[in-house]
Amino acid sequence: MSTIRGRLLVILALVIASVISLIPRHVTQRVPDMATGRMKDTSVRRVPINLGLDLRGGVHLALEVDQSKGPVPDCADAIQRAERVVRTRIDEFGTTEPVVQIVGRCRLIVELPGEKDVNRAKGIVQRTAFLEFRITDMRNVFRDVIPSMDVALRAAGVRGPAAGPSNAVARLLGQDTTKAAAGPDTTNAREGPLTSLLFQGSLAGEYLVPEEQWQKADSLINRVDVKRLIPRGVELFWGAQVESRGARSYRALYAVEDRPIITGECLTKAQPRRDPLTNQAVVHFDLTHRCGRIFGDATARHVGDYMAIILDGRVQGQPPVIKSQIRNEGIIELGSRPFADAQDLALVLRAGALPAPLTIVDETTIGASLGVDSINAGIKAGVVGIILVVLIMVVYYRVSGLLAVGALALYVLFTLAGLSAFGFTLTLPGLAGFVLSVGIAVDANVLIFERIREELQHGKLVRTAVDEGFKHAMSAIIDSNVSTALTAFILYLVGTGPVQGFAITLIIGIAASMVTAIYVVRTFYMIWLQRRPDLVTLSV
Amino acid sequence: MIRLFANANYDFIKWRRWAYALTAVMIVPGLVMLLATRLNYSIEFTGGTLIQIAVPKAKPVGVAELRAALDAGGLHGAEIQQFGADTAFQIRARLGTQANAQGGGTEETAQAAARALDARLGADGYKIDHYEAVGPKVGKELQGKAFLAIFFSFIVTLIYLAVRFEWRFGLAAVLATFHDILATIAFIRYTNLEVSLEVVGAVLLMIGYSLNDTIIIFDRVRENLRKYRRQNLYEILNLSINETLPRSILTHGTTMAATLALFALGGEVIRPFALVMTFAIFTGTFSSIYIAAPVLMLIEKRWPGQDARGARAFTGRAPEPAAQLLPRTPAKV
Repeated sequence: MSTIRGRLLVILALVIASVISLIPRHVTQRVPDMATGRMKDTSVRRVPINLGLDLRGGVHLALEVDQSKGPVPDCADAIQRAERVVRTRIDEFGTTEPVVQIVGRCRLIVELPGEKDVNRAKGIVQRTAFLEFRITDMRNVFRDVIPSMDVALRAAGVRGPAAGPSNAVARLLGQDTTKAAAGPDTTNAREGPLTSLLFQGSLAGEYLVPEEQWQKADSLINRVDVKRLIPRGVELFWGAQVESRGARSYRALYAVEDRPIITGECLTKAQPRRDPLTNQAVVHFDLTHRCGRIFGDATARHVGDYMAIILDGRVQGQPPVIKSQIRNEGIIELGSRPFADAQDLALVLRAGALPAPLTIVDETTIGASLGVDSINAGIKAGVVGIILVVLIMVVYYRVSGLLAVGALALYVLFTLAGLSAFGFTLTLPGLAGFVLSVGIAVDANVLIFERIREELQHGKLVRTAVDEGFKHAMSAIIDSNVSTALTAFILYLVGTGPVQGFAITLIIGIAASMVTAIYVVRTFYMIWLQRRPDLVTLSV
Repeated sequence: MIRLFANANYDFIKWRRWAYALTAVMIVPGLVMLLATRLNYSIEFTGGTLIQIAVPKAKPVGVAELRAALDAGGLHGAEIQQFGADTAFQIRARLGTQANAQGGGTEETAQAAARALDARLGADGYKIDHYEAVGPKVGKELQGKAFLAIFFSFIVTLIYLAVRFEWRFGLAAVLATFHDILATIAFIRYTNLEVSLEVVGAVLLMIGYSLNDTIIIFDRVRENLRKYRRQNLYEILNLSINETLPRSILTHGTTMAATLALFALGGEVIRPFALVMTFAIFTGTFSSIYIAAPVLMLIEKRWPGQDARGARAFTGRAPEPAAQLLPRTPAKV
C-alpha cells in the first residue's frame, strides 16, 4: 500500500509541477501600437508556450550596413558574411525558429517570434563584436606630444579653462566646446586645453578624463589638426566603463600600439563565468593553436607590459599587466556588469565578428505566416489523429488500453510542460511532430501489454504475468528509447536552428513517454490489482 | 479479445533475397535520378522574391484571399504575412521551382504576382510598394551539419549497441537505418516532393523511428539467443520477428493512424511531412526485418561470434519451423 501511495505522490508532484509551468501568466509581448504604428511592449496573460512565426507572427527587423562611421566599399559582400554571423548568433540565442534572410543586395531581414527578449536579441544582432588585444603605449610617446597638441589647439583658437580648474566652470565649459572656443576673453589660460583634461593614470598609456568632460576631450582628440600629431604606431581608445577614483568618476583614455597582437578571429571558445574572488562576470576564452603561438611569442616579449583588450573600439576593464607568457587562454573582465552581459558577449564572440556594423533601419510587426485555415486544419488533423490512437488502444487492449490512454493524457501534459520549461517555440510542423509522437508514445505500452499477454499465454497467474511483463519489456523499452534519445542528442549538439529545435522536442517526448509508460501505467496496474486481489483474468 | 498475428510462424528470412532485389529496384533508380537532377528544394532553401503590397483601407483584403489569388496565378506555396498595419502585406513567392538567388526572375515573379492580384482584386485594389530578390531562409550549412549530425549519431549508436548488445548488432542496426535514409531520399525523388524544413524533420524523425524498431527486434533476438541454446541464428531471427509481430502491427498501426490523419486533414503545410512519415513507417518496418536481421546473419557468418552459431546459420540441416520451439500452453484468458 505504501509503495502505491508513494508512487501516487510522485505522479501527483509531476502533474502539479507540469500544471504550474502551464498556468497562464503575464508575459511581455510586443505588439504594434495602432495609433503610431510603432512597436510597444504590453503584458498579456496566457499559457507560457511560445508560438512560432508561422502561428502567431512576430517582429520584423531590417538591417543595413552602417555607413555612418566610414563607407563600406562592398556592402553586398559584407551583408553575405554578416548573414552567417547573425544566423549563428540568433540560433545560439535560443531555439526561436527565426528567419534570417538577405533581401535585395545590401539588406538583411531578421524575423523573431514576437515575445522573446526582442530588445536583447536586437542588441545581439547589431553588435559588431570585434575583439583586439593590444599592448599599451609603454614608452609614453603619446604623453610626449601632448604639449605640441596644446600648442596646435591654442593656435586654432581653442582655450583651456580659466585659471584653476574650477569644477563648476570646467563643467560649464565642458558641455560645449564651441562656446568655449568662442569665448572672447579667456586669454590667460595657464594650462593647455588638452593637458587640463588629461590626468596621468596608474599605468603607462592610461589617461583619466573626468566623466563630465570626456565628450569634450573626445572631440578635441578627433580634430584633424590634433590627429595629425598623434605619433606613428599609437592609437587612442576610450575605456568602456566609468571608473571612480575617490569621489569623482573618470573615463579612461588609452594610448595603445596601432597593431593588435591578435583579433577575435583567433577565438575557439568563449564561456561566461563568474570570477571566484570578486564574483564579477568574466568571459573565458581559448585561442586556436596557431594564434596561441603568436600570442605566446608576443606576451613573452612583453612581460611586465600592459595589454588592453579592445572590444568594438572600447577598452574592456583596466589593461592587465602581463605577468608571464600567455598561450592559449585568457579572461575578459566586465567589471560590475550583470552576468547576462557576459553570456551575450561570450555568444557574440563565439559567433564571430560582423564584417561591418549593422543598424536597424526598420522594425515592424508581422502576422502569422500561415493562414487561419492552415492552422485550423492542422489542429483538426491532430485531434483526429489522437482520437484514432486512443480508439485503437481501447478497442485492442480494453481496460489496459484505458490505463494506457490515461497515461497518454499525462504524456501530453508532461511534454507540453517540458516545451514550456525549455522555452521552446512551437510551430505547426512541431505540432504535427507532437501528434506523431503520441502515436509513437504508445509503443512502450504496446511492448508491455504484448509481453503480459505472452506471459499469460505461458500460463502465468495475473499478478506474476504483470510483473514479468514489465520486467521483460524493460530492456527493449530502455535500449530502443536510449539509442533514439542519443541520436536526438547528437542532432542537438551538431545541428543548427531547426534541427536543434526538432531534437529537443524528440528528447522531451522520449523522456515523457518512458516515465508515463513504465512508471504511471505500472502504478495504475498496482492499484487495479490491489483493489481486485481475486482477479483471474486480465483485460489486456 | 482481439489478437492479431499471435503465435505467428512465418519464415521471414527465407524471402530475404527477394527483399534485397525489391529494395535495390526501389533505391538504385532513385539515386541515379538524383545524380541527374537535384531534389526539388523549397523556397526556404532557394530563396525567391519578396513583395510588399498595400491594399486600400476602404477595401480590406485577408491573407486567405491573397493566397487564393496567387495560387490561381501560378505562384503556389507563397508565404503571406500581415506587415505592420492591417492593410500591408509581405509576400515571399517564387515562380515554379526555380532558384533566383542571383536576382534573375525577380522581375518575372513580381509581374506574375501583379497579374494574379489584378485578376482578383482589380488594378486599384492593391499597390505594390516594392519587390526584391530574397535569399534562402536556411543557411547552406544546415545540410552539411544535418549530414554530419547523422554520421555522428551513427557512431554513437554503434558504441551504445556495442556496449548493450554486441558490435555485430550495432553495425546491422546502423546499416538498416542507412538503408532507410537512402530509401526515403529515393522516395522523395520519385514523388518530386518539395524538400522543406518539415520534410528534413520527417527524415530525422524517421531515423529515430527505424532505429527504435530494429532495436526492439534485436532485444528479442538477444533474449532468445540466451534462452534457446541449440537453435541457429536463422531460426532465432525468425522466431524473434514472429514473436514481436503483434507489437509491430499495433505500434505501426497507431503511428500510421496519426500520420494518415495528418495527411488527409492537415492541409498543404503538413501533408509533405505526413507523406514522408507514412513512407518512413513502411521502410523502417521493412528494414528491421529484411535488412537488419539478414545483415546480422551475414556479419555473424563473416566474423563469427564466440559460439559460432552465426556460422551455422547457412550450414547443415534445414531450418526447423520456429514455432516448435515455443512452449505451447493454452491461453488462460
